[in-house]
Amino acid sequence: MTKGLSKINLTALTFGFAFLYLPIVLLVIYSFNASRLVTVWGGFSTKWYVELWNNQQLIDAALRSVQVGLVSATVATVLGTMAAIVLVRLGRFPGRTLFSGMIYAPLVMPDIITGLSMLLLFVAMDLSRGMFTLMLAHITFSMCYVAIVVQSRLLTFDRSLEEAALDLGCPPAKTFFVVTLPIILPAVISGWMLAFSLSIDDAVISQFATGPGASTLPIEIFSAVRRGVSPQMNAVCTILIAIVTSGVIIASIATKRAEVARMREERAAMAGR
Amino acid sequence: MTDTVASKPEGTSPWGRRLVVAVPYLWLLVLFLTPFLIVLKISFSNKVVAQPPYEPQLDLAGGWQAIKDFFAGLTLDNYYAIFDYTENIEAYFSSLKIAATATILMLLIAYPMAYAMARAPKTIRPTLVMAVILPFWTSLLIRVYAWIGILDREGLLNASLQWLGIIDEPLEILHTEIAVYIGMVYSYLPFMVLPLYASLEKLDETLLEAAADLGCPPWKSFWQVTVPLSLPGVIAGCFLVFIPAVGEFVIPELLGGSGTYMIGQALYAEFFPNLNWPGACAIAVLLLLVLVVPIAIYQNVQTKEIEGRA
Amino acid sequence: MAPKPAQKALGPIRRSFAPWLDPSAVPLIRFENVVKRFGDFTAVDDVSLDVHQREFFSLLGPSGCGKTTLMRMLAGFEHPTSGRITLAGEDLAGVPPYRRPVNMMFQSYALFPHMTVEQNVAFGLKQDGLPKPEIAARVAEMLRLVKLEPFAKRKPHQLSGGQRQRVALARSIAKRPKVLLLDEPLGALDKKLREETQFELMDLQMELGLTFLIVTHDQEEAMTVSDRIAVMDHGKLVQVATPGEIYEQPNCRYVADFIGNINLIEGTVESAGGGEVRVKGEDTPGAFVCAGDAALAQGSKVALAVRPEKMRVSLDAPPADATNVLQGEVWDLAYMGDWTVLLIKIDGSEKVLRVSRANMTRTEAKPIAWDDRVHVWFAPDAAVLLTS
Repeated sequence: MTKGLSKINLTALTFGFAFLYLPIVLLVIYSFNASRLVTVWGGFSTKWYVELWNNQQLIDAALRSVQVGLVSATVATVLGTMAAIVLVRLGRFPGRTLFSGMIYAPLVMPDIITGLSMLLLFVAMDLSRGMFTLMLAHITFSMCYVAIVVQSRLLTFDRSLEEAALDLGCPPAKTFFVVTLPIILPAVISGWMLAFSLSIDDAVISQFATGPGASTLPIEIFSAVRRGVSPQMNAVCTILIAIVTSGVIIASIATKRAEVARMREERAAMAGR
Repeated sequence: MTDTVASKPEGTSPWGRRLVVAVPYLWLLVLFLTPFLIVLKISFSNKVVAQPPYEPQLDLAGGWQAIKDFFAGLTLDNYYAIFDYTENIEAYFSSLKIAATATILMLLIAYPMAYAMARAPKTIRPTLVMAVILPFWTSLLIRVYAWIGILDREGLLNASLQWLGIIDEPLEILHTEIAVYIGMVYSYLPFMVLPLYASLEKLDETLLEAAADLGCPPWKSFWQVTVPLSLPGVIAGCFLVFIPAVGEFVIPELLGGSGTYMIGQALYAEFFPNLNWPGACAIAVLLLLVLVVPIAIYQNVQTKEIEGRA
Repeated sequence: MAPKPAQKALGPIRRSFAPWLDPSAVPLIRFENVVKRFGDFTAVDDVSLDVHQREFFSLLGPSGCGKTTLMRMLAGFEHPTSGRITLAGEDLAGVPPYRRPVNMMFQSYALFPHMTVEQNVAFGLKQDGLPKPEIAARVAEMLRLVKLEPFAKRKPHQLSGGQRQRVALARSIAKRPKVLLLDEPLGALDKKLREETQFELMDLQMELGLTFLIVTHDQEEAMTVSDRIAVMDHGKLVQVATPGEIYEQPNCRYVADFIGNINLIEGTVESAGGGEVRVKGEDTPGAFVCAGDAALAQGSKVALAVRPEKMRVSLDAPPADATNVLQGEVWDLAYMGDWTVLLIKIDGSEKVLRVSRANMTRTEAKPIAWDDRVHVWFAPDAAVLLTS
């Protein structure tokens, strides 16, 4: 399918992507609007960003979000990678169906139910809600996403690489760290990124899992948005979009570059150079 | 070599194995499964003004008698209450209706997109996929928020339509069903496009050439070859958006109005403002019951897919 | 690769090498009644097999015949359902793969993509905790052996297929294993490179004095490299013998058919004795005589197996002393350069025999052509009598 696109296809793509991107682009543009009114363009200004800088409550929430995101993404990556190994490698064991069910279910579970059940657990366990419970909740739902990402990489992993390591005298645990992990590392990293962005984006589950004095950035945004549109919120959202988007784009360009370089070297090797 | 029939991995020490299984397993048992059992339990409890605001409390220290008392104290009242309170029942039906309509809308929008992506030159396909995924990395909240500024009475859409002279009076879009549909389609579109794209991209173009060679015109081969072969993607995409859409909370809360009260909002309202924990739990249990069938189907399809690849 | 002078000297050693004929020889590897089941499927069915030190041994069979499973049990990646495998007298049961003194060269090569050629070759040596200088020296030696010194710092994806194959080989022999297992080692190479590499493998095996166990579905490869071949089918050993014996003395229809081309003439025994067996053809009209001492009862079902190159064909009548003469018509004809293959339909039957002729002259006065009527015959000792 390498022919040029037909008119119909081109139209579908144009409208589709316009629909996906136009709202975000408008949001970003209006964060630089000097006017307080959303519809009136009052000239270019960065005053809302300056105002943000003085909003201590928002900055605290953002720092908290980053903290929760870093910790929960890291723990979720470890647990999710283990879960992926269990799913792909350990074959059948008692309770496997339940296990895979618990991995897939959070992916489609409505946030509101996950949040409610988490809160009730914390009440039952008599845990006072705050940063710690927030992290527990975030780890739990994001480890499942990590598990899925790493699992799909492990499914295409050539088992004979591990067998070769064992065959050459390397014990199983060491084999995982010197052979398997380095090779699946890109998937583990993208799992981490996914977990981090899920954590830093989540508003609903966090609302249940957190306690007084530990509100996160999305919670703050959510309560502000309920009151209506404000240029300051546009500015916050723009910053978040910029961070996430540049992170994802840089990561994908890096992968793409590595791939291209690799392909070039492979071709050179085949040509006998 | 087909000689290598998959068997349990050899050379793994049993302790290492057990540890790798036990850690994530226990984590999910304690933090994912137990919470649901607690929700189930509380849904059969009575609302009281206390901390926590429900009874009976299970006190295992009280021995057998306490357990008997506990079960005697359970009640179905919360479920009856849902059916008595028409607003909640209506919320269930409108959730299903909105989710189903949004799913169909998404399919109609996503299919041409996915088809065009699968037809695009091979070199730009990864970029297109990337472009579809990218908005998904941004918070749902932000994406929904972006639409408020557009759909508002004083929003960008009304402003530009009025400026163009198409309308005189601003349209009421925000806080209507249409706004919720727009929000749903916008937020979940990548989940519909990607499975469709995956199945369309796999489609061997020589099949279409074969159909043409055998005298089948393009529109016919689209219906008789392309569509049937992309059905797995259609099914996966529909479930992937329908299930979370039913329980959606943020979108109707921010974009919807009185006519789009959804079950997630009902749950939230019972829990936070009303402090009716047992009532909220009963709503959650009923919502899960509604979703159990599609979730089970979806998981079944997924597991088969994974095992097929393994 | 041009044969080296050293190879000439090794020739006689090779010719006289036959420890399996020596009843006092102690085999290096013993499979004793080994069975492996995967659920309902029996992959390896009661296999007993001895492999001797310094032998180049092939497991040959179609895919799914259990040869790879048998090899993987020796490597420790699968455990026998029942039976015993011993290596140099030591029972291997319960010994994990990373403690077995065998190394494997994988079909996919399984080179670690994140390590250089050097690091790949050093990997096994590092696991043994050898001192660094020793590892470096051994790696250098291995790379010299497979002629890859200039590529030491490259990663696997920067190598051609043939180079990767040599890295895999160097890595698997670096630890000087008691047995080297090779799983379809040349399967991914093109034909020309494969033939060259076969000879390199043989030289290497001689030079290092290692025991090689190779799994292959390629009968030519097995014939070229092996001291002995074990032919497998549906998990069972069918015949274990030298390449010559396998080709000239197949012990059943399966082996005869699997190795090379063969004509099978079904029939019943009319008489046996005096060094010959007389057979009445069933699917082919006529009476046949075949050299053999087998004591076969009259009327028992047999098949005469005759290789195409051992059949003679001519337009003119055969010499007066010719045996087993048949008439037929040229059905099809394929010119292969060194050989011409003729398919000849035998008169009065549906039988089509395959006959090959060496093209010893560049032109022929009266070449055989399609639809020609021809005579086909073969000597009594050209045929092998098969009973199973």
